[in-house]
Amino acid sequence: MTEAASTAATTVTSRRSTTTRKSRRSGRLWLFILPAAIPYLFVVIVPSLQGIGFSFTNFDGLNPNWKITGLDNYAHFFRDPQALRAVLNTIGLAFVSAILENLIGLLLALALNGRLLSRNVLRVIFFTPVVIITVVVAFVWQFIYTPTGPLNQVLDAVGLHSLAQNWLGSPSTALWSIAVIVIWQFSGYAMVIYLAGLQGVPTELIEAASLDGAGRVKRFFFIIAPLLLPAFTVNLMLSLTRGFMIFDQIWVTTQGGPAQSTDSLSTLVYRNAFTYGEYGYSSAIAVILTIFVAVLGIVQYRYVLRGGTSR
Amino acid sequence: MKRYSVGTGALEGVMILIALAFLFPIYILVNLSLRPVTDLSSPLVPTKDVTFDNFGLAWVQAGIGGAIVNSAIVTTASVLLIVIFSSLAAYGIVRATARWSPLAFYGFMVGLLVPFQLGLVPLYTTMKNLGLLGTLIPLVIIYVGMRMPFSIFLYAQFMRQVPIDYEEAAALDGAGPLRSFVRVVFPMVRPATGTVIILNGLFAWNDFLTPLLYLSGTGNATIPVTIYNFVGEYVTQWPLVFAALIMGAIPVLVAFFFIQRSLLQGLASGVKG
Repeated sequence: MTEAASTAATTVTSRRSTTTRKSRRSGRLWLFILPAAIPYLFVVIVPSLQGIGFSFTNFDGLNPNWKITGLDNYAHFFRDPQALRAVLNTIGLAFVSAILENLIGLLLALALNGRLLSRNVLRVIFFTPVVIITVVVAFVWQFIYTPTGPLNQVLDAVGLHSLAQNWLGSPSTALWSIAVIVIWQFSGYAMVIYLAGLQGVPTELIEAASLDGAGRVKRFFFIIAPLLLPAFTVNLMLSLTRGFMIFDQIWVTTQGGPAQSTDSLSTLVYRNAFTYGEYGYSSAIAVILTIFVAVLGIVQYRYVLRGGTSR
Repeated sequence: MKRYSVGTGALEGVMILIALAFLFPIYILVNLSLRPVTDLSSPLVPTKDVTFDNFGLAWVQAGIGGAIVNSAIVTTASVLLIVIFSSLAAYGIVRATARWSPLAFYGFMVGLLVPFQLGLVPLYTTMKNLGLLGTLIPLVIIYVGMRMPFSIFLYAQFMRQVPIDYEEAAALDGAGPLRSFVRVVFPMVRPATGTVIILNGLFAWNDFLTPLLYLSGTGNATIPVTIYNFVGEYVTQWPLVFAALIMGAIPVLVAFFFIQRSLLQGLASGVKG
């Protein structure tokens, strides 16, 4: 609309020549997307469609006499207790880490948005884990969690010896110990996005509210929180998708163990494909994972479209 | 609200304590890397006989130097191609008035809904058939293809804000679309380019799953896999391992401390779109 208007305003030509220029421009513009489209089709679209295809076969990557087995892989998935465990682990890990990353990130942002003298240094400190390679982070935490490692030593030192345990070695604590790693890594990321959101909150509005007698809590829930909604949406989407696709932290620390208690859908895809050579079954698990991520993305997209009219 | 009160001072103290607790893993990492492998005292206690021997030893035994070169090649090549391809595509999509333009845009956005795991196995089979296993080429191709949706989205958001008047003026001077893109539009979306470089660079440098699949056991891997293999071999010698971990993390950390201000701003604006 505005494009057409400005075209009409700036070019003093007849209507016919404007349209030819425009269509000529449009005509050549498709060439611009070609360099992006080729690797995108090669890496994302074609293999994904193939993956969906694989999921209906017993293909193992080697045997050329593979057969179409219909929904067998999916039936196998829903009867496999290990797969169910991985689904629950993935959902649990995604939601727990998303909620805590957001909560911690928000509290950090609120604290560091004020006039603390050290606020810039503290922001950098809390963001630092984001720029450390995940493999490095995971190994450091693996050491921290060892039975005689730093965490248990600290617990001993403060008289909480009864809490000390084999954090990654026991099925009841391993998954949540991994969640702590993820939360430590990414709370600073959430903080940065909340800080950006807080900059959009006009100080006059807050001052006016406090003059009207609104306390800290009231000011937060009635003025600041609604204005932070876009930042919250972005953070939630980022942390949930990251949680659904989690692989590195698990593979480095436990490889899905002990007794498969920390398997996620991603580690299950990897192990079934590249340890057991079950390409078909592995692809079916990937399809299930895709459904999770896509549903989340579509919900998010509709929500952002509806609520994001200001942007 | 305005002044630095007693309450602010208390908050400052609490936040500093929290930050120190938050840095606990980093303390352990650095503290342990500085002691001889034979020093078996508690990792909580500051190292007495500080030595840098672990770094030299780990550098040689893990092949950190080669890994850094590989990571630098992969990251630079990927980011360069991502910037060129995604900015061109976003420009074509934003400026085209034909019917294919929104279709192309949503076609690319589908990629945001598809996790990498779905195409993992077929892509691996294809790369194997092309004889590319064990080389750095699949990594670059994969990062470029995989990061198109996000990068195009970001560029398109910024380019929609650029008034078309400048390009009309350039067109009157005889500039074709490519020329007005290079001379006019690309320089105007520099903040988007900054964010695209940083986020994709971090992604390529960090990625573990792809090189684990394509470069494992070649002795020619990027940093995450090199470190992963090294720790697997020397897991009982934590000081040595930790020196390797630090050297693997240092390049990005140093870059981060140099550009932290613009990074934190760019990240926020980029993610907010």
